[in-house]
Amino acid sequence: MKELSLNVLDIAENSVKAGAKLIRILLEETEDTLKMTVADNGCGMREEIVRGVMDPFYTTRTTRKVGLGIPFLKLAAEQTGGYVNVTSRHESEYPDTHGTETVALFYKNHIDFTPMGDIISTVTTLIQGSPDIDFEFRHDSKDFHVLLDTRQMREILGADIPLNDPEILVWIAQYLKDQY
Amino acid sequence: MKSLAELAAIREKMKDKIVLREGGANTRIVVGMATCGIAAGARPVLNAFVEGVDKEGLNGQVIVSQTGCIGICQYEPVVEVMEPGKEKVTYVKMTAEKAEKVLKEHIKGGKVVQEYTIANAKNA
Repeated sequence: MKELSLNVLDIAENSVKAGAKLIRILLEETEDTLKMTVADNGCGMREEIVRGVMDPFYTTRTTRKVGLGIPFLKLAAEQTGGYVNVTSRHESEYPDTHGTETVALFYKNHIDFTPMGDIISTVTTLIQGSPDIDFEFRHDSKDFHVLLDTRQMREILGADIPLNDPEILVWIAQYLKDQY
Repeated sequence: MKSLAELAAIREKMKDKIVLREGGANTRIVVGMATCGIAAGARPVLNAFVEGVDKEGLNGQVIVSQTGCIGICQYEPVVEVMEPGKEKVTYVKMTAEKAEKVLKEHIKGGKVVQEYTIANAKNA
């Protein structure tokens, strides 16, 4: 992946497929680190699947759906000296608190740090593809605090206006841009 | 500076549009957005279609949607165009520029852009 924002899009698509109603994307930057969290309330994964997602060669027929997304993210994080951690609670064991959380830590000053790229485009792409899911996007650094919460948007827009209407998507892109 | 309050104004403006839209869309543009598609550059392709449909005034007639991996990862970014009563057209190795051309010549003009289709890629 040429941009970290593409990894974010790819990982969040897993949450979409897991049937999440809410997907939270959190980016926290310090002077030399970037911490990325994608947390959802989707169906979650069983323990043996969680162990498998890290390794592209572990993949068997049953886990094949997971694919290369996490290994790509792991590569991007580890080549900067960082890590990826996936925790999950499957709905069969956690009927009320199921979901998956993927955390990746990057060292920004490392020569192999992949630039963030167009993160706004990632957010609008996710909302365009899944207008019925709620997204909370936060990007914090010492210079900015960016927030978009589709639940707040729906409160004002009402239930009958789809969030993937082009006019809304244009508004979202500009709303985010203004906060950077 | 945009504020959430602006959404109330957009809501008012869109009330009328919603009625118009119920006529139903008839053309679907589907962009593959699995890991393979994303890595190959599907995101700008999708955005080009979304923006283009809006710019060309095709809202309501054309729906742009996303799908997963359809198994031809070597041809990503892959875009499928489905029009009622016509055979599905599969465009491969797409870019934002090619998307604009497909919108103008195929979606608006009704003429398939043969050079971008999978049939053409396979024969090449």
